[in-house]
Amino acid sequence: MELAPYLILGSIEGLVTAAVLALMAVGLSLVFGVMRVVNVAHGEFFMLGAVLAWFVADMIGGHPAISFVAALFIAPVLVGSLAVVADTMILKRIKYDPERTIVATIGLLYIIQQVTLMTYGSNARPVEPPFNQRISIPWFEWTESGLSMYWPWGLGTTTYKLAVIGFAVILLLAIWVLMTRTRIGLIMRATQLDRDVAQAYGINVDRVYALVFGLGAGLAALAAVLIVPIQQAHYLMGHDPLLLSFIVVIIGGLGSLAGTVVAAVLIGLSDGLISVFFTPTLAKIIATLIVTFVLIFRPSGLLGKHNP
Amino acid sequence: MAIMTTPHISADGISRHFGGLVAVDQVDFAVPRGEIRAIIGPNGAGKSTFVGMLCGRIPVSAGRIMFDGKDVTALPAHKRIRQGIAYTFQITSIYGRLSLKDNVRLATSWRWGNDEQAIQNTIEESLEKVGLADRMDQMAGDLSYGHQRLLEIAMGISQHPQLLILDEPTQGLADSEIAGFVKLIRELGGDMTILLIEHNMNVVMDTADQITVLNLGKVLATGTPADIRGNRDVQIAYLGETHA
Amino acid sequence: MIEKTGMTDARKSLYFHLGLIGALFILQFILPAYHHGNLARIMVLACYAMGYNILFGYTGLLSLGHAMFFAAGMYGMGLPMVHLGWTPEPALISAIVVGVVVSAGIGFLALRTSGVSFMIVTLMFAQAGFLTILYFGEWTRGDEGFVIKQAERVMAGFDLSQPTNRYNAALILFSICLLLTIRLVHSRFGRVMIAIRENEERTHMLGYDVHFHKWMAVIMSGTMAALAGAAYALLFGYAGATFASVQYSIFPLLWVLLGGAGTALGPFIGTLFMFYLIDLSSSFTTAYMLIAGLALVLLTLFLPQGLVGEFRRKVVPWLS
Repeated sequence: MELAPYLILGSIEGLVTAAVLALMAVGLSLVFGVMRVVNVAHGEFFMLGAVLAWFVADMIGGHPAISFVAALFIAPVLVGSLAVVADTMILKRIKYDPERTIVATIGLLYIIQQVTLMTYGSNARPVEPPFNQRISIPWFEWTESGLSMYWPWGLGTTTYKLAVIGFAVILLLAIWVLMTRTRIGLIMRATQLDRDVAQAYGINVDRVYALVFGLGAGLAALAAVLIVPIQQAHYLMGHDPLLLSFIVVIIGGLGSLAGTVVAAVLIGLSDGLISVFFTPTLAKIIATLIVTFVLIFRPSGLLGKHNP
Repeated sequence: MAIMTTPHISADGISRHFGGLVAVDQVDFAVPRGEIRAIIGPNGAGKSTFVGMLCGRIPVSAGRIMFDGKDVTALPAHKRIRQGIAYTFQITSIYGRLSLKDNVRLATSWRWGNDEQAIQNTIEESLEKVGLADRMDQMAGDLSYGHQRLLEIAMGISQHPQLLILDEPTQGLADSEIAGFVKLIRELGGDMTILLIEHNMNVVMDTADQITVLNLGKVLATGTPADIRGNRDVQIAYLGETHA
Repeated sequence: MIEKTGMTDARKSLYFHLGLIGALFILQFILPAYHHGNLARIMVLACYAMGYNILFGYTGLLSLGHAMFFAAGMYGMGLPMVHLGWTPEPALISAIVVGVVVSAGIGFLALRTSGVSFMIVTLMFAQAGFLTILYFGEWTRGDEGFVIKQAERVMAGFDLSQPTNRYNAALILFSICLLLTIRLVHSRFGRVMIAIRENEERTHMLGYDVHFHKWMAVIMSGTMAALAGAAYALLFGYAGATFASVQYSIFPLLWVLLGGAGTALGPFIGTLFMFYLIDLSSSFTTAYMLIAGLALVLLTLFLPQGLVGEFRRKVVPWLS
């Protein structure tokens, strides 16, 4: 078979990755943008979302659609609440000092990971998707009798994967509306621009920070609930997405939401496509180094407008 | 006597842009050795950017800077300082968790190699000049704001600079402290060239030999205190604005 | 007058640390075999932490990628021994050279950034290094790692796999790193490092080449970490990719924070404390990283100065 069908397949897988990555990275970017801190535990909020989705689905049972929808609401809310608690109990007390926040969230990372290991265990467990029809993708080729259509073996996707892409687009639009068209979005942007001025205008900055931190974590959890029917829930699953979201946020320009989404699509697609050509390890090395050099030589991101 | 006519520090058409904003626009500037020159102008006139370029904190977008007969435009700040320029920040910048003597030691020790005695003498002498010698073992962060500003000046003096740049040194000082500061500047004036960015017009009139007025990134006027006082452009642009 | 008190403080501090080295020497005759072995390991890991402390504690630069330097020394030592049949002496030199080269290169690039970006860049570089070790699994044996045989671990006639020799080799390395740190801190160069930590902009505007000092600090810090990695490979006969993973970049940060950043003794105390905390907790939980996580959070909240830092603040202000 020729290469092109593989590229199509790679692109669809890439778009699924991009969709989930965009949600997660927007959460990270929101936290960085508004609070000016780097949340290293973001990957664990993602993992926790997946694991809680499994718990919820397991407890509710019944038709997969019902338990999945329940997980879709319950997991992000629980994870978001946990993040709010972490914010008020830890980050607020260290006054969001950038370096100490990194150290504290590294600690949080280990705590969440190990508590999950002790309760949920080291097994990987699946959650059943609410629906999952297979769709084969046709391909065209020139034969002696002219252009003919056929269904190459293995070239296909599922309705669920397409739904993930669609759902992520809707959610991202909702976040955009939230940030640009609502009062709470205005308050968050005001806090982002100047914390002290916002405070002077009577905005409760502590509450905004807690909300943003919770929202960021909730988005990571939501992304995880979406992906868990495709991948399985595992206590170490937060590591790679964390690194990828860092990459996305950096390339997209730290703190810029639109840039983050564009970068997520870029990275998601290239992640799907690069792995067609390279071994995963080499692909990761190359991707990591590219991002590092972007951060060194273009600190405002590839898509950023100006240097700070 | 050619040396006498060579300015000690001069700027030749220097500019600085931040993005599309022009902070300093093709400024020509020259100060002879030993002069006390005040730089005044309304807020946002580009004063701090201008002296920042002279001492090397801020790179120039265009133009040339000469110090002591040499082109220093391309020199990084730390090398200019080792050639004899000392600089104090607009916002007090000291080592709060080190003692006063360690603060001054850091400022001066590179001048003296391994001559520990010379370092000691310089520390004591410099703190003596600003009246902080009896506090040299205290933590700098425990000093009052006014004393911290004096410490920063002591750090500048301890470098025995040829050119001392003071960015709003009297900001936040009490009146009694300002009187002491004026006296100090006059004493130092004989030994070194001084550039003084200052808002307090009494201090300017009491200390400066010459005044340069900046407005909107350009030189509006240069002259003696009496000239500047009588200059209509300055009155409109600056004095008029602040005293209206 | 000023200098006299300064000299005596430096001297007091020196005697204090020499006393500690003496105590560690005597301990080997008292300790039971289990703790004897632990302490040798702790001393080597403390050298890693001391290297980290030069950059983080004294210069104020927080790196999240020091495992890369530790691994540079470990593989710089182990690979030529296993694949080229080198003896430990040239292999040690190779480890140091690799350490200097890697830290100089990474430092040069990473120091174009600062603050949070510096942390992420060092983290990313270390991640790329870790993946590179996995990628060349044919030589490095990846996660599984490789063993350096006992017969090859003989240096200057001493069999370093033998416990007493191993302990004393670790003690010699530890003493060198500790005394070097103290020497550095009291040197003019060290004072400038501290000045950069306290106020970088001011230090630059007092006439110091801040970038050069930071670069040198990365090189000294990275090379000391590499030295520790080399010693680990030689003394314990093993090199594996785990030592290049993110976790091993976090460990020295944890040890230094716990012991006290910017204190000469802090890295050792932190390593010792954490080692036994995990050792004791492993009897009732396998999730030992939970302890590390809790320690990190509690430290940032309640003990930002670390154990030795608090001790110095309250009891002995002359400690370096």
